[in-house]
Amino acid sequence: MLQLNHTPMYKFTRLGIRIDWPLFVLILIMSFLGLFILYSAASQNQAAMLRQVAHLVSAMGLMVFLAFIPPHKYKNWTPYLYFIGLILLIAVMVIGKIGKGAQRWLDLGFFRFQPSEIMKLAAPMMMAWLVDKYKLPMNHKCLVICLVLLVLPFALIAKQPDLGTAIMVGIAGGCVLFAAGLAWQILAFALGAVAISAPFIWHVLHDYQKKRLITLINPENDPLGSGYHIIQSKIAIGSGGMFGKGWLNGSQSHLNFLPEHKTDFIFAVCGEELGLIGGCVIISLLLLITLRGLFIAKQAQSTFTRLLATSLICTFFLSGFVNIAMVMGMLPVVGIPLPLVSYGGTAMLTFFSFFGVLMSISSHPVMFTDEHH
Amino acid sequence: MKRRLFKRIHKPAAPTVKQTSDFRLKVLVLLFVILSIGLVVRLAFLQLYQYNHFATLSLKNQISIIPIPPSRGIILDRNGEILAENRPVFVLEIVPERVPKLDDSIVKLQQLIPSINEDDISRFHKERRLHRKDTAIVIKTHLKLNEVAIFSTHQYQFPGIQLKAIPMRYYPLKKQMSHLIGYVGRINTEELQSIDNVNYQGTNSIGKIGIEKFYEDTLHGQVGYEQVETNVSGKVIRTLFKKPPVSGKKIYLTIDSKLQAVAYKALKGLEGSAVLIDVKDGGILAMVSRPSFDPNLFTNGINSTDFNKLLFSNERPLFHRAIRGLYPPASTVKPFVAIAGLNKGVIVPQWAIYDPGWFRLPNVTHKYRDWKRTGHGVTNVKRAIMVSCDTYFYQLGAKLGIHSLSQMLGQFGFGKSTGIDLPEELSGLLPTPEWKVKQKKMVWFPGDTIITSIGQGFMLATPLQLASATALLSQKGLGYQPHLLAKMVDDAANETAFKPISRNSIQLDNEDYWSIVHEAMQSVIESNEGTGARFGRNAFYKVAGKTGTAQVFTLSQNDHNKKTIITNKLLKDHSWFIAFAPVENPEVAIAVMVEHDTAASQVARQLLDAYFTNAKQEA
Repeated sequence: MLQLNHTPMYKFTRLGIRIDWPLFVLILIMSFLGLFILYSAASQNQAAMLRQVAHLVSAMGLMVFLAFIPPHKYKNWTPYLYFIGLILLIAVMVIGKIGKGAQRWLDLGFFRFQPSEIMKLAAPMMMAWLVDKYKLPMNHKCLVICLVLLVLPFALIAKQPDLGTAIMVGIAGGCVLFAAGLAWQILAFALGAVAISAPFIWHVLHDYQKKRLITLINPENDPLGSGYHIIQSKIAIGSGGMFGKGWLNGSQSHLNFLPEHKTDFIFAVCGEELGLIGGCVIISLLLLITLRGLFIAKQAQSTFTRLLATSLICTFFLSGFVNIAMVMGMLPVVGIPLPLVSYGGTAMLTFFSFFGVLMSISSHPVMFTDEHH
Repeated sequence: MKRRLFKRIHKPAAPTVKQTSDFRLKVLVLLFVILSIGLVVRLAFLQLYQYNHFATLSLKNQISIIPIPPSRGIILDRNGEILAENRPVFVLEIVPERVPKLDDSIVKLQQLIPSINEDDISRFHKERRLHRKDTAIVIKTHLKLNEVAIFSTHQYQFPGIQLKAIPMRYYPLKKQMSHLIGYVGRINTEELQSIDNVNYQGTNSIGKIGIEKFYEDTLHGQVGYEQVETNVSGKVIRTLFKKPPVSGKKIYLTIDSKLQAVAYKALKGLEGSAVLIDVKDGGILAMVSRPSFDPNLFTNGINSTDFNKLLFSNERPLFHRAIRGLYPPASTVKPFVAIAGLNKGVIVPQWAIYDPGWFRLPNVTHKYRDWKRTGHGVTNVKRAIMVSCDTYFYQLGAKLGIHSLSQMLGQFGFGKSTGIDLPEELSGLLPTPEWKVKQKKMVWFPGDTIITSIGQGFMLATPLQLASATALLSQKGLGYQPHLLAKMVDDAANETAFKPISRNSIQLDNEDYWSIVHEAMQSVIESNEGTGARFGRNAFYKVAGKTGTAQVFTLSQNDHNKKTIITNKLLKDHSWFIAFAPVENPEVAIAVMVEHDTAASQVARQLLDAYFTNAKQEA
């Protein structure tokens, strides 16, 4: 069964560096394109640029470091990482309660970080670990435990409130279950349940929440509220046309009509200045990186690595998809950044840590510890 | 049949784990490719198909949308006198996004206008964190005219800082109405989460207490907006489209500010409360709580010195005694207890007792003393109310039992909130054995019933509850929930009158019981023996009333004649007075409570005099 003679492509074992070169090259292209767009979005603010370059360099360092660690170590650490993440989430909530305000950050003095970001990695790892422990095919007991351990961080993060991140953690866990062969019937049942309960949910929603959903369909309805973002970003993108207004020439982005144009709405800047071509390049890069990631998942020979790889790359793709769809007014406005492009160190570190783990998996297709247990 | 069998035998082996997994990965690849194509199609739709539409919009998109806050509805009394209005005030606002170096600008601004203090700046920063960067945040309000002039000449040095005249809430009657009307203040973080953020764009303040809070939705109105063309620095060039805001509705209260002023003055130097209520519809004519505070201090965010002064004052000016002051009702509860006794049949009007000055439960040595040491002699129910005979009511309570007693008092509204349109009302306390077991973890003693029947012990009531119960008594069991709202009027002068909500009526077995108690209460005022001497016997209208003295400090069993030793003001008894008038065809009911002073009936007299003088003049 195990292809022990398999040697992964592009592995520089002699240097001790385990890099998946096709993935690395694609990531580099997308990141540089991101810097390019950011330079314009930040109104050629060099300080912001330098900070983002620093984010990028440190994120790459993290990636190389994580790629170096063999996957069985990740597997051994999984429960610890998960529970530490959970405890930190609770800590953040408690501190927030005391400080009387929404809180996502944990301030360590020299730097602040969001425990919810750890969960983006730890939650799918925990799911994969559990599925692996209970052996495939997945039984109901395993499924229930997985769901409980997924709902916990989801609820904690959603309560922060950071619905965007909570949804991403939920998706990451869901992807593990899907890849683990969750029965289609259960999937269909879950979707059906959501569809049936939708009218009831609508009923218990607050007025302003209903308004937000109505705004999605008709943003002109609420030009002062969330509709403003969508209207402005659609104008920015639509006015870009085929080839765009040219780099640094986007009027919408620079006249401050476009809110959050460095972070969540950066795709609108790309659409305005680089046009359909630029937008397609970003989407293609997103897809290509994802396909390479899925290929790595396919090559992975142990349950844990395969599920983890699948989940990480799915999270990456779906973050990008949700962000772009939101900016184009196809999904409600939730705070999810565009991977590798949006300004911000936290998201950068998170996604590069995903890639680090993916590369670790790709360079160790066989996880020998699987056999020892 | 055959076919099924065939199928079962040749059913293909379940897919292996590896096959399932590979298949799932393929599904994901397919899904992601489809989603990506979806994105590209949407992008192409926006950028090619709708290109012209958006390109035009983008050329015009020096367009920004400015919220126009609605003007807050004013509050008036029943005669149209203004109780709360909006006065223009000059403010300085900062749009953080448009200021290149925020901290430097603020320092420069402070040099120009020295009245901007550290409080203002820290509040500005606090506020700034709650809003989007493109929202204007107030840094300084109530600019003086010379400051306005100075800033206007230096405006060019301060991009992103603007001078505005905004309406600010003003309460012309100041301390007289403060608890009742309440006040508006800056929206805080908690409120920010519960309000409709869109509707409050451009609005800085929200009702915090009183009428301002209770009718917040009505008073606030609906935000409007303006689409304007602006230049790069955000200056408006022209208006393209305007959706005007809908102003908040005007609110007329049942309050008569002239009577309110009389009541306020009558309570001068005292701590207490007076409530005058229209018995025909439950409308509150006057409701005062003293000491009071100036609500105008709060409209712009009160500074901490002023606030601490109000908060930690011994007289507790922020405390709305009329609806939150919980006091033992004392002897004012006796007319209601008498109704309970008559209706239950445990006493009959002719029935008289001999009062030796004390009452003792069977087999118990403890003596419950009458307020009059020598006793009142032979006393029937009318006389018992007139002279406020404790012994009579001790006996009555013992015969009646706590269940019948609290059931009838509950019908008069004790122990529940009256339902007045104010957000802060407390419901008082009507004790029952069940309540005592649950809250005090103790059984109900017969003695508890005895002292409850003279309104002492655990029972607590607010002045509003007593006024409302007296109104119900005056109308022989028919009445309305007390309320402050008279009508609401929108911009188009459409009136919505408030419909009084009727209360559950009280049906007695014999309607005469009402008259017996009414007559007894009239004799409280008119008879030489009555306890209402302080009210005065010379009123030009007929009054039925009842006094009450709520003990603050309990003397031990045989210390009753040492009352003179109480010199500390805070240990002195509270005084109560309830009344309705005129006796034959009651129009108003009143309840007055004065802490640590005997002035309640004099206050009531002044207020009732004012009411009937007014009524005479109008007639």
